[in-house]
Amino acid sequence: MATDIQLATSQRSAVEVRLEGLRRTYGTVTALDGLDLTLHPGELVALLGPSGCGKTTALRLLAGLEDSDGGRVVVAGQDVTHVPTNKRDMGMVFQAYSLFPHMTALDNVAFGLRLRKVPAAQRRARASEMLELVGLSAQANRFAHQMSGGQQQRVALARALAIQPTVLLLDEPLSALDAKVRTQLRDEIRRVQLEVGITTLFVTHDQEEALAIADRVGVMRAGRLEQLDVPVAVYGSPATSFVAQFVGLTNPVPAIVENGSALVLGVRVPLVDPATPAGAGTALVRPEAMDLRQLDAAQAGTEAGAGTVSAISFLGAVSRVSVDVPGTGTMIAQLPTADVVDLRPGDRVVLTVRPDPVLVTRAAAAR
Amino acid sequence: MTATTGTLTAVDTRTGVAGPPRRGLQARRRRRLQAFRGVVLVVLGLFFLLPLGAMFEFSTRGVGEGAPRTMEAWKRIVTDQELNPAIIASLELAVITSVVALVLMVPTMVWVRLRVPRLSRVVEFLCLLPLTVPAIVLVVGLGPIYRWLDGHIGGSILTLFFAYVVLVLPFVYRTLDTGLSAIDVRTLSEAARSLGSSWPTVMLRVIVPNMVAAVLNAALLCVAIVMGEFTIANLLQYVNLQVAILQLGQADASLSIATSLASLIFAFLLLLILSFAGRRTRRTGKDPSPASGSTPSAPADGAQDPVSAPVLTPIVEEI
Repeated sequence: MATDIQLATSQRSAVEVRLEGLRRTYGTVTALDGLDLTLHPGELVALLGPSGCGKTTALRLLAGLEDSDGGRVVVAGQDVTHVPTNKRDMGMVFQAYSLFPHMTALDNVAFGLRLRKVPAAQRRARASEMLELVGLSAQANRFAHQMSGGQQQRVALARALAIQPTVLLLDEPLSALDAKVRTQLRDEIRRVQLEVGITTLFVTHDQEEALAIADRVGVMRAGRLEQLDVPVAVYGSPATSFVAQFVGLTNPVPAIVENGSALVLGVRVPLVDPATPAGAGTALVRPEAMDLRQLDAAQAGTEAGAGTVSAISFLGAVSRVSVDVPGTGTMIAQLPTADVVDLRPGDRVVLTVRPDPVLVTRAAAAR
Repeated sequence: MTATTGTLTAVDTRTGVAGPPRRGLQARRRRRLQAFRGVVLVVLGLFFLLPLGAMFEFSTRGVGEGAPRTMEAWKRIVTDQELNPAIIASLELAVITSVVALVLMVPTMVWVRLRVPRLSRVVEFLCLLPLTVPAIVLVVGLGPIYRWLDGHIGGSILTLFFAYVVLVLPFVYRTLDTGLSAIDVRTLSEAARSLGSSWPTVMLRVIVPNMVAAVLNAALLCVAIVMGEFTIANLLQYVNLQVAILQLGQADASLSIATSLASLIFAFLLLLILSFAGRRTRRTGKDPSPASGSTPSAPADGAQDPVSAPVLTPIVEEI
């Protein structure tokens, strides 16, 4: 059945989407400051960023729900900047529950098809297919208030896909759901997106969500893209200190850059950006890139990275150890739980770093 | 809880007292509350029904002492040559006023909510303004306009709908505002737009069906206000139902009282119809507005989500 659905929904080939120099201001606030973003055909790009960074504005401009102050929106080579929302042929799932309360799940999914004057029988069949795709055939005759939040968002996804849109837009569709359902629905969205093969823009402020399902992740700040890359690169090789600090945890560690590498806690490590100028700076090191060695009571522990364990957080297979390092502050090391069973708060340890590439910035200033 | 001879007995953890006496206390309280409700219902019912009963009694009195009761006055409601046109005119005015007020207000209020929310206070002020202007003052302003209308498009009583639309604005505004507040107009309209709806389609197929109760309430208020309106019609020298009742009262009190009671019964019937319509929308889950009294109860995610619960458990039906 999945294959049939895939065939049915992939009648249109995936398209490329380009946002070119998009600008949008609200009074004195600049929401988008010349945003350039290209979504390759069939790709799922997640826009990630803090509140007010412009990610939702970008999605709404792409959907046509707002007008831009400048720039272009190009879909499949066609400039759609001034095309009204109802003519753009884009499916959208909203953050708020958006099912029409007076319609059943089936009627909701069939709504867009009805507007396109699809014959009733065909409409019903297609709507049923879509509900099956999202695993809600049994709920076809339920109204929105008879479904859970997760089910409603799944129906909203089916409704958005039923019209065979050129682009799928997901505006934080999981943020109203509890953690468990969010994780499951997140994976389901990815499964459906891959099956349908539709170009998708996914807006979220949840980095785990973005890293887990996106082909590429765009990290936004103040209306601009700080970095757009595959999740591994965004996490492992952040382009800026903002990206490093926003995506995952980082430890700011004093470093000295010389000869194309950095000296961090006595360990020479390669640089993410080989063009980093020589001199003193701050290396942004992930907790899992840190290691620690326990000191005996007799050892003075005067070397760089020596400190006192202040807390140990058990996270299952791994644990996070917080270490107070004089002159540097609290640093976090993430280690296999088996390696820290003997550690207690108050123990003296020495932190070191693994020789993974690090981003080094000048002092604490963001690039 | 304590287990005794295989049965479980509920024990109050604070008092240590077993369950049945507490249940008895609750039952007594419930009975007392029900009795109180009954008394209130009877007292209020008498308060409302006694004057109506008196009206009915008066309207069915025979002429002369010891004359038998008669429904003559009631029969003349539909045959009286002076009353009939007034009833028809008032009914026509009620329909026209309701339709014009709703056609004017629903799209305007939705538009203000979606596009120019900063104007919502201004619109509210303008709509509520007629409440602060006495009808007699309103007529001073309306007088020249109606004289002009008389001269240019004829002196039909139906032109009163212009004045009546202004008169009903505060009530229509408040009722529709409550209905619109109960739904997420922005998200619903954006969802409909993204699926390909034009604005009229959004309005007719998405917004209005979700505020049916509010629209019906607004229409009922329009009908009630128009059917009961006297001052404007009288001062502008039109004969609507209330003016006709007053005029009849001087010549035929029985007919006047019978007509007044009939118009009250008509209003009650409208309320009943509205109540049934509201119940119907609740049963089909069609109206989430508080005006309909619907209480949506979405099942919890963890419990009902097929993903989190591999074995689907049936959701408790509200219907």
